[in-house]
Amino acid sequence: MGNLTPELEAERVKILKFAKDAGLDFFETIFELITYDQINQFAAFGGFPVRYPHWRFGMEYEHLSKSYEYGLSKIYEMVINTDPCYAYLMEGNMHMDQKLVMAHVYGHCDFFKNNVWFSPTNRKMMDAMANHSTRIRRYMDRYGYDVVESFVDTCLSLENLIDRYSPYSQKSIEQKAEAPRDASFLLRYDREYMRNYINPKSFVEEQKKRTAEADLKKDKFPSESQKDVLKFLIDYAPMADWQVDVLSIIRDESYYFAPQGMTKTMNEGWASYWHTKLMTEKILTDSEVIDYADHHSGTVAMSPQSYNPYKVGIELFRDIEDRWNKGRYGRAWEECDDVRERKNWDKKLGEGRAKIFEVRKIYNDVTFIDEFLTEDFCIRNKLFVYKFNQKTGKFEVDTRDFRAIKAKLLFHMTNFGQPIIRVEDANFENRGEMLLVHTWEGIDMQPDFLTETLKNVFTIWRRPVVLATVMDNEQMLYRFDGQEIKTHKVGGQEKSST
Amino acid sequence: MSIKEDHNRFRDIIKGKIKDNLKKYVSQGEMIGKREKDYVKIPLPSIDIPTFRYGPKQKGGVGQGEGKPGDAADGEQGQGKGQAGSDPGEHMMEAEFTVEELAEILGEKLELPNIQPKGNKQIDSTKTKYSGLAPVGPEGLRHFKSVYKRALQRYISSGTYNPENPVIIPIRKDFRYRTFKTITKPMVKAVVIYMMDVSGSMGEEQKEIVRLESFWINAWLRKHYKGLETRFIIHDAAAKEVDENTFFRTSESGGTLISSAYKLCMEMIQNDYPPHEWNIYPFHFSDGDNWSGEDTRLCIRLLKEFFMPHTNVFCYGQVESKYGSGQFLKDLQKEFPADERILLSQIENRDGILDSIKHFLGKGK
Repeated sequence: MGNLTPELEAERVKILKFAKDAGLDFFETIFELITYDQINQFAAFGGFPVRYPHWRFGMEYEHLSKSYEYGLSKIYEMVINTDPCYAYLMEGNMHMDQKLVMAHVYGHCDFFKNNVWFSPTNRKMMDAMANHSTRIRRYMDRYGYDVVESFVDTCLSLENLIDRYSPYSQKSIEQKAEAPRDASFLLRYDREYMRNYINPKSFVEEQKKRTAEADLKKDKFPSESQKDVLKFLIDYAPMADWQVDVLSIIRDESYYFAPQGMTKTMNEGWASYWHTKLMTEKILTDSEVIDYADHHSGTVAMSPQSYNPYKVGIELFRDIEDRWNKGRYGRAWEECDDVRERKNWDKKLGEGRAKIFEVRKIYNDVTFIDEFLTEDFCIRNKLFVYKFNQKTGKFEVDTRDFRAIKAKLLFHMTNFGQPIIRVEDANFENRGEMLLVHTWEGIDMQPDFLTETLKNVFTIWRRPVVLATVMDNEQMLYRFDGQEIKTHKVGGQEKSST
Repeated sequence: MSIKEDHNRFRDIIKGKIKDNLKKYVSQGEMIGKREKDYVKIPLPSIDIPTFRYGPKQKGGVGQGEGKPGDAADGEQGQGKGQAGSDPGEHMMEAEFTVEELAEILGEKLELPNIQPKGNKQIDSTKTKYSGLAPVGPEGLRHFKSVYKRALQRYISSGTYNPENPVIIPIRKDFRYRTFKTITKPMVKAVVIYMMDVSGSMGEEQKEIVRLESFWINAWLRKHYKGLETRFIIHDAAAKEVDENTFFRTSESGGTLISSAYKLCMEMIQNDYPPHEWNIYPFHFSDGDNWSGEDTRLCIRLLKEFFMPHTNVFCYGQVESKYGSGQFLKDLQKEFPADERILLSQIENRDGILDSIKHFLGKGK
C-alpha cells in the first residue's frame, strides 16, 4: 500500500478525508513515491509500469528526460485510470507540491470513476497491458523482432482510425434474415375498399424505391460505411493470426486511452477545481501560500497561442457553479436584455455544487463546451481565435466572435481533432480495392503523411487502397497500388509519384 | 528496466543503425538550431509515425490574451502539468538554449576535450583592483561609508549616541582608505579566420553546411576564449575579406585559386595577430576543386612554412558537391597524412557535420 514517508502518509490520510467529505467518490487510490527517472519512464509508458516493446516509448522517455535534465519541464503528477487507481508522486518535490498533487489526483480519480465516458474502459488495464506485452514479446521471439516491430509501426500509423463513440452505443443485432419481398411494406388494412386510402399510390412508389435502394446497398460491402477502420481490417483483411492479435492489441489500447482525450478539458478542470478548493480551504499552511499560488498560476497560465485545458476547464466549472447558484440559466435569464438586471441577477438557488457534480458525470468535452461556454465567459477570459496568415507567415488573432470561438473549440474536440475517415467500400470498382472516404470539414490533411499512411493501409489490406478527400478545394482520389501513389482529381487528370 | 531497451532501440534508429524505412520520418537535426534573439532552438530528434492528420498551417486554434484581430498571436507554449494520455504530439519537440549551454552540450556529446591555450604564448595583463580597506591612505581614497559606520559603532558602544541629535564626528581612528592590489592575469587572445570557396561549384546546401559548422565551432571556441575574434575571407580566383553576412550569402562564379585565400589569411595574421600573443584558428571550407596542381603545391608550401608553425591548428573541411572533384583533400592527405596541426575532414552532408567538428576540435588545441 504505497511507500509514502510518514509525513506524506499523514497528509494523505487528511487529504483523503477532506476529499471524501467534499463529496468526491473514487476507487481506492494508491500513491507511490518514485524518482524522476522512474516517473519519466512510467510517463513514457503512458502511466503503466509495463508495455510491449517499442521504440516509441524510448523516444518519449528521451524527450521527457532531456526536458527534465535541461530544466525545461518536469512532471508533477501522474495518475492512471484503473481500479485501484495508481498515482505517482515525484521524490524531491516540495512538500506543498506533494499535497497539491494528492488533492489534484483525488479529483481525477473521482472523474475516472464517475464520468460516464470512462465507464466502458477496462479498470484492470494494468493487467491487460502486461498481458499485451507478453503476447507481443512472444510473437517477437517466434517471428523475429524486426518483423513484429515493423508491423506494430504499421498498426500505430492507423491507431487513430477508431470510432470513439462506438463503445457507448449497443448496436442492434444485424438483420440477417431476408425481409419478405413483395408488398410487405403495405400498411395493414382491414377492408378492401380502404386499401387505396391507407396505401396511396405515392406511398407505394416511395416504399418500392426504398426497397430497391436497400437491395442495392446489400450488394455493397460494407453495407454501411465503417468508422472503426481498425475493426474492419481485423475482421476482413488477410492477415496472419499473430497480426490480427497485434492489431487488436493496438485497437484495444487506443480505445482505452480515447476517453482521456475526449474529456481532457473537463478532467483537468475538475481536478484543478478540487485541488484549489481543498488546498485553499483546508490543507495549506500559512507558509505555503506563496509557493502554492506560484505553482497553481503556472498550471493554469494561458498564452496567446495555446489552449490550456486546465484553465478553460476550471473556469467553466466555476462559472457553472456560480450560474446555478444564482439561477443564471433557463429561459428568463437567456431572454433578459437589461444589463443592470443581468448584473445583479441572483435568485439564491444554491444549486451550483449539485450541478457541477451532475456535469462531471454525464458530459464530455464536446457537450461540455457546447452547452456551457457562454459569450460572457469568452469575453471575461479574453479568448480569441487565431489563424495562420499566409502572407506574413505568422499566426495572428483572427476574431473574438463568440460563435467562431465556440465553433473552433468544438471542431478541435470532435473526433479528438482527428480527420474522420470511413471505410466506404471494400470492393471498390469491383476489384477488391478499399475505398476510404475522408469527411472533409474545411481543413485539408497533410499530404505527405497522407500518402505514407495510405501505404500502411495497403500493407494490411494487401490490395490497392484509395482515399477520397479534398485538397486545395479539389475533390481528390489518392490511390496506392503497392508500387506508386497516384493522385487523381475527380473528373480530371492523373498524376503519379512513388 | 525495459524502458532502456526501448530507448536503445530508439537511439539506434535515430543513428540509422537499423530500420532504414523509418529513417525518413526522423526529424533530424539534433544539433541544427535556428537562432532567435539570444536563444537557439534545438529540435530533439523524434520519429513521427505517419497518421491521417490535418495539415499544420491551416489549423489555427483558440488562444487567450490581449490583441486586436490581425495582431500576431505569438508566444511560447504554456507550461503545464502533463497527464498521461493519448495526446498525439502536435508540436515538434523543441528545447531552447543559450549558445553557452549549447556549447556545453555539444562538448559533452562529442566528448570534446577542453582547449589548452598555447602555453608559452600567453601574455600577462596587469589590472588594479580595489580589494580592501586600510587605516592609512590618501584622502582621495577615503571610504566614507565605512568611516561613518565605525564612528557610529564607537558612539553606540560608548553610549554617547543621542538619537535626538544624531551628530557623528569621526576621529582619526575611524578613518579607512581603500587599498588596491595589482593582479596579473594571463590573457588569452584568440581569432578564428574562416575561409570559404564561393566559386560556382559551391551550392546553397554546401554553404548551409559551412554555416552550421562554423556556428558550432564558434560556440565551442567562445566558451574557451572570451572575446573571440572572427574574420571572414571568401575566395574564388581572388580572395577578399568580408563581413559575416556577406560570407554566407555571396556566390561568385569563376575559377578557384585556393592559395589566394591562404595568402590573404597569412597577411592578416602577420599584420593583426602576432602569433606569440594569439591563438589562431584558420578554417577553410571548399569543395576541393583547385585551379591547378601548381596552385595546390603553393598552398602546401604555405601550410608547411607559415601555418604549421604559427597557428594552433589549421582545419580544412571539404564539403561534398556535385561539381567538385575533391582533389584538394586528396593532395593534402598525401602531404599531411597524420599531422596534429593540419586537420582534414570530409563533410558529405549535414549528418557529417558533427563528425567533422569532433575531428577539428577533438584534439583540444
